[in-house]
Amino acid sequence: MTLYVILEGVIAFFLVAGGVFAFIGSLGMAHLPDFYMRLHGPTKATTLGIGCMLIASMLYFWVTQGKPDIQEMLITLFLFITAPVSAHLMAKTGLHMQLKHIDETGGRPPELRPEEIGEKPVPHPDRGHG
Amino acid sequence: MLDIALMISLTLVVLALLLNVYRLAVGPDMPDRILALDTMYINSIALIVLMGLWLNTKTYFESALLIAMLGFISTVAVCKYLLRGDIIE
Repeated sequence: MTLYVILEGVIAFFLVAGGVFAFIGSLGMAHLPDFYMRLHGPTKATTLGIGCMLIASMLYFWVTQGKPDIQEMLITLFLFITAPVSAHLMAKTGLHMQLKHIDETGGRPPELRPEEIGEKPVPHPDRGHG
Repeated sequence: MLDIALMISLTLVVLALLLNVYRLAVGPDMPDRILALDTMYINSIALIVLMGLWLNTKTYFESALLIAMLGFISTVAVCKYLLRGDIIE
C-alpha cells in the first residue's frame, strides 16, 4: 500500500515538473528579445518537460497494467534525438537570413563558411555562379 | 493526488500552447514561425500523452509517435527550403 502511495507521488512529481518545464520553454520563446535567444527555450526546456511527462506516463502504465511498455521510451528517444537536429537547422536558417540580433548576442561563428552566414552568394556546386 | 497533478500539468501545457500561438502570429520573421510550429507539435504530443493518462488508455501513443516524426520532417523541410530555395536538390 505504501509503495503505491510513493509511486503516485513520483508520478505526480514528474507530471508537474514536465508541465512546468514545457511552460518555461514556451514562455522563453514568447518573451526573449531575439531569435537566437528564443531558440534556447523550446530546444532545451520543452524537450526536458516532455521527457518528464513521458516518464510519468510510462511509470503509470507500468504500475497499472503490470508490464513496461516500449512506446513511451520510443517517443522520448525520438524527441531527444531530433530536437538538436532541428535546432541546428533553425539556427543555420536564422544565420543565413541574417536576422537582427541585440548586441549581447554573439554572432558570426568563425567555424562557419561565409556563405553560410549569408555574406556572399552561394555558388551552385556544378555550375558556379552562372 | 494524481488528478490534481494532471490538472496542473494540463493547464500549464495549454498555457504553453497559447504562448506558441502568440509567437506564431506575432513572430517578426520566418524562422520564428518555424520555431513556434516546432514547439507547438512538441506541446501537442504532451497534450496527447496527458489525455492518454486522463482517459487511462494507450490508444493515442501511436498518434503521438506519428506527430513526432511528421513534425520533425516538416521542420527540416521548411528549414531546407529557406536555406537553399529547394527541398530535395
